[in-house]
Amino acid sequence: MPKKDLILDLKKKAKELRKDIITMIYNAQSGHPGGSLSEIDMLVALYYYKLRIDPKSPKWEDRDRFVLSKGHASPGIYAVLADRGFFPKSELGRFRQLNGMLQGHPELSTPGVEFAGGSLGQGMSFSVGIALALKLDKKSSKVYVMIGDGESQEGIVWEASMAAAFHKLDNFIAILDKNQVQETGKTKDVMDIGDVAAKWKAFGWNVIEINGHDMNEIIKALDIAASTKNGKPTMIVSNTMKGKGVSFMELNYKFHGKAPNEEEYKKALEDINKIDVKKFK
Amino acid sequence: MEQQKTATREGYGKALLELGRKNKNVVVVDADLGDSTKAEYFGKEFPERFFTVGIAEQNMVGVAAGISVTGKIPYASTFAIFSERAFELVRNVVARNKLNVKLCGSHAGITTGEDGKSAQAIEDIAIYRALPNMIVLQPADSVEAEKMVFALADYNGPSYMRVHRTAFPAIHSPDFKFEIGKGEILREGKDAVIFASGTMVHEALKASDILKNKGVNVYVVNISTIKPIDSKLIIELAKKTNCVITAEDHNIIGGLGSAVAEVLCENYPCKMKRIGVQDVYGESGKPDELYKKYGLDAESIAEDVMKAVRKK
Repeated sequence: MPKKDLILDLKKKAKELRKDIITMIYNAQSGHPGGSLSEIDMLVALYYYKLRIDPKSPKWEDRDRFVLSKGHASPGIYAVLADRGFFPKSELGRFRQLNGMLQGHPELSTPGVEFAGGSLGQGMSFSVGIALALKLDKKSSKVYVMIGDGESQEGIVWEASMAAAFHKLDNFIAILDKNQVQETGKTKDVMDIGDVAAKWKAFGWNVIEINGHDMNEIIKALDIAASTKNGKPTMIVSNTMKGKGVSFMELNYKFHGKAPNEEEYKKALEDINKIDVKKFK
Repeated sequence: MEQQKTATREGYGKALLELGRKNKNVVVVDADLGDSTKAEYFGKEFPERFFTVGIAEQNMVGVAAGISVTGKIPYASTFAIFSERAFELVRNVVARNKLNVKLCGSHAGITTGEDGKSAQAIEDIAIYRALPNMIVLQPADSVEAEKMVFALADYNGPSYMRVHRTAFPAIHSPDFKFEIGKGEILREGKDAVIFASGTMVHEALKASDILKNKGVNVYVVNISTIKPIDSKLIIELAKKTNCVITAEDHNIIGGLGSAVAEVLCENYPCKMKRIGVQDVYGESGKPDELYKKYGLDAESIAEDVMKAVRKK
């Protein structure tokens, strides 16, 4: 069992980074808050607890890889990478600006970024390639990839899922940030992806289902996924809420890809400041 | 005596196997067409480095891209036409990030024959040429295909190599040296120059024989790197002949003809004739029947050259 202090620290970190996300998007007056807020608890657990990485050596050969396939949720990973020291935090203020390092969607030129996303589904396939190569070299590194639930409507997600099971990639851990909402509405109304746990099980995967805002559950799921060696890839179905932590963004498709105005920005920060980390999940 | 004929895809497969023996970093990703693309030669000897993805070309490209960032050298091959299905991955994952992925499209052009228009890629050069960072290659014979596979292993970046189903006689000797970006003068002439690529190099050579009998001497140039194209050579020969013909088994829009026109209109505007598929789809038939019907055979080329020379 992870220490209680650790869980609390991670929760505090997620709260702090939620503010960075909102500020970054507010400054740029452009970006995707909803999916960044839904993924951030998981990203914090990965980058401050689970991943074997070294910010001083981003290309360290034996590192674990984290692929953010849902590249539009870049503010989440930028906030984490900056805070972990992959690049100066001042870069966050130049998010989406001309000549800035932090592009709208991640680019490989940014330290710590393992995949240049922006077109959905492709990171899943890319991650299968990394995992195959690592296995070939008998490396113990793991590949983590995060996809969205709307993203799972892309056919390539399933091409890649079939291949990951076929090639017995037990060094491959996918996380479905199931935040229930996509650009034009609720996922179940736009194109219902159905019983995803059953689908990935049928594809030959281990499946773990959790509340993706409950740090206890996240940590447990990541530990189980990392230690499972049964020749199967693992899917963590992370049940989350788009816009989590900002009342008027929660489950609101209008904040999939829209920046808050000044008034909304203030309100968003107020909401985040009010988060009681002990109770948050 | 009939000269032995070999398809460029055969050269691709043979070279992959040889390369695999020399370089353990080389891997192949296959989408259930290894028997046709000849990537299976590699797969049979190195099954652990031969990754199958099933009939899933998008995943083939995505997987190859992921493999490339670990420092391995992936060759990913399928039919040219099906590679287009993964076009946006080639654009957004491979080319955008300058990844070291060697994409190979086999069974390109109407020379693919009997399978008909669904299988005859006539737009692949155009679409891959339009991608920043991408280089586009097309060998004229099996020997050149082999050299190309080796040259690509030493080249770090995204590439598209276009090979063919139909067998043609060898133009090059085994000691031929291939260099990315260099055009190759196969025949010297003075009245006109034919810039040809791939299978059409053979038709252009035959056309030059026909023309010689009529007293017309043409340069025949093999343009096997379509991007980056050998601008210097193209300008030089256009200046010498003032009569430029391009010949390709590809739509006349966007391929070799367009690439040559782009060079000449900015550097040495002159009259040009583009021989190729005239913005239509092909059909079923034998390759030589199709070349005749679509005006890509040696006789048609010779006629077009004669017309162009008379207009000078």
